[in-house]
Amino acid sequence: MIGGKEKSPVIRMYHVHKSYGTKKALTDISLELMENERVFISGASGAGKTTLLKLIYLAEPVTRGQVLVDGMNLSRIVPKRIPFLRRKLGIIFQDFKLIPDKTVFENVALVLEAAGHKRRFVEKKVKSVLRVVGMEDKKDALPPGLSGGEQQCVAVARAVVGNPKIILADEPTGSLDPGSARKILALLDHYHRNGATLLIATHDRELIRRADGRVVHLDKGRLVSHR
Amino acid sequence: MVQIWRRALKDIWANRFLNTITVVTIAMAVLIVSAFGLLSVNFHQLMDKWRNGIRMLVYLKADVSQQDRQALEDRIRGIKGVSGVTFISKEEGLARMKQRMAILERLLEDLKKNPLPDTFEVRLDADALEGDRIDGVASAIRAMAPVEEVVYGKVWLNRFAGLMHLFRLAGTAMGGLFIMAAVFIVANTLRLVLYSRQQEIEIMRLIGATDRFIKMPFFVEGLVQGFFGGLLGLAVLYGLFRVAAVRVGAYLPIGFGEMRYFSSTTLLLILGCTMGVGWIGCYLSLKGFLRR
Repeated sequence: MIGGKEKSPVIRMYHVHKSYGTKKALTDISLELMENERVFISGASGAGKTTLLKLIYLAEPVTRGQVLVDGMNLSRIVPKRIPFLRRKLGIIFQDFKLIPDKTVFENVALVLEAAGHKRRFVEKKVKSVLRVVGMEDKKDALPPGLSGGEQQCVAVARAVVGNPKIILADEPTGSLDPGSARKILALLDHYHRNGATLLIATHDRELIRRADGRVVHLDKGRLVSHR
Repeated sequence: MVQIWRRALKDIWANRFLNTITVVTIAMAVLIVSAFGLLSVNFHQLMDKWRNGIRMLVYLKADVSQQDRQALEDRIRGIKGVSGVTFISKEEGLARMKQRMAILERLLEDLKKNPLPDTFEVRLDADALEGDRIDGVASAIRAMAPVEEVVYGKVWLNRFAGLMHLFRLAGTAMGGLFIMAAVFIVANTLRLVLYSRQQEIEIMRLIGATDRFIKMPFFVEGLVQGFFGGLLGLAVLYGLFRVAAVRVGAYLPIGFGEMRYFSSTTLLLILGCTMGVGWIGCYLSLKGFLRR
């Protein structure tokens, strides 16, 4: 319940299969994520964690089954609507996916510019988000000049700047030192407390142990346990 | 819109080498095509003046009475396309010949009999000089009884028409080829830019950018390239024109006027076309690229 209101599902997956040619990446996955829930997808490398996230932000289509995100049926979505689906999501990629020749500010601002916001609003909002993630001082720096932890902070800022309902994070602490990892987790916690639904794919058991939330375990593309 | 321009100008600066090549290529295409256009405009002007000076000479048979001559003059005036008729008696004709050919004056003095016929000098409307119409006027006059012969620069007019046709054909073919080459080069330059920014475009799509948002700066880039390419081409052409106008002008007969450059409307039209070339080049390269 949020503020007395019944929580509703924001992501629903029904009997989802994903294959690449003859290779099965996901088999018969059914899953529901409620509003403001925090869910970890755990599993070894190659278990299908990243593929599952890709199906949600439609980087890949499902082979069979259905995925619904905030009421949008992704099997029926027209290509023109895909950008609008992605604006509901804040995505943190395993490899950060920052544009190397754009500054920290420009990388974060791009999300709001793409959504058609006015320059003044963009400046104000980006500055405030960079302050939260502690990157205000480095707003004019280029990503290649930043440490891994700093790049991940920028990636978090870019993911949350559009106030998404859902944040998808693919191995958000995978390549970070313990200090940076703690900072990223604290940031994700902050946005979760502010109402975002979190779906975090990770193979870091320590991270799962320390954080609160439901855990979904994948093994060779199959959902094997819920906790 | 401001953001799109800002992004486009930043991209142009970031890819300034490729953009400079594109601008120079467009400028060369504009220079060659416009040079043909400019030559054509001035050639037309020159030839029009020459053509308007053409007269048809109608030689009369010997011993035509004044009454018949007057009737003939009236009938010639009644033919469509004839704008004026002047009678030149054989005496006046000989006097004019002596005046124009001073070198032959003594020879002409020795003539015992004036060999020239009475003549009508017929001026024609500009329309009557087009195509076969002049032949029609000549045939109509030739069919009249007291007329011995009708003379006009048919061979020259035909040569002129042929030359103009060839000129137009060559200009159109070369213009078409160069415009196609310019579109092709713009498209390929932009494709290189797109390939170099493939990762950035992919990221933009993943964070919710529409194809329109991604495309617009490239279209602006195409327009800017087209505009500056056109401007550079026309500026170089103007420089060459100034040099040529002084040299060619010295050989033009008096009354043929001066060589002229394009009017401001034509200049704007050319710039519009070059911007169109940039836009089409961009459209072609993006069409295949973003579909992937």
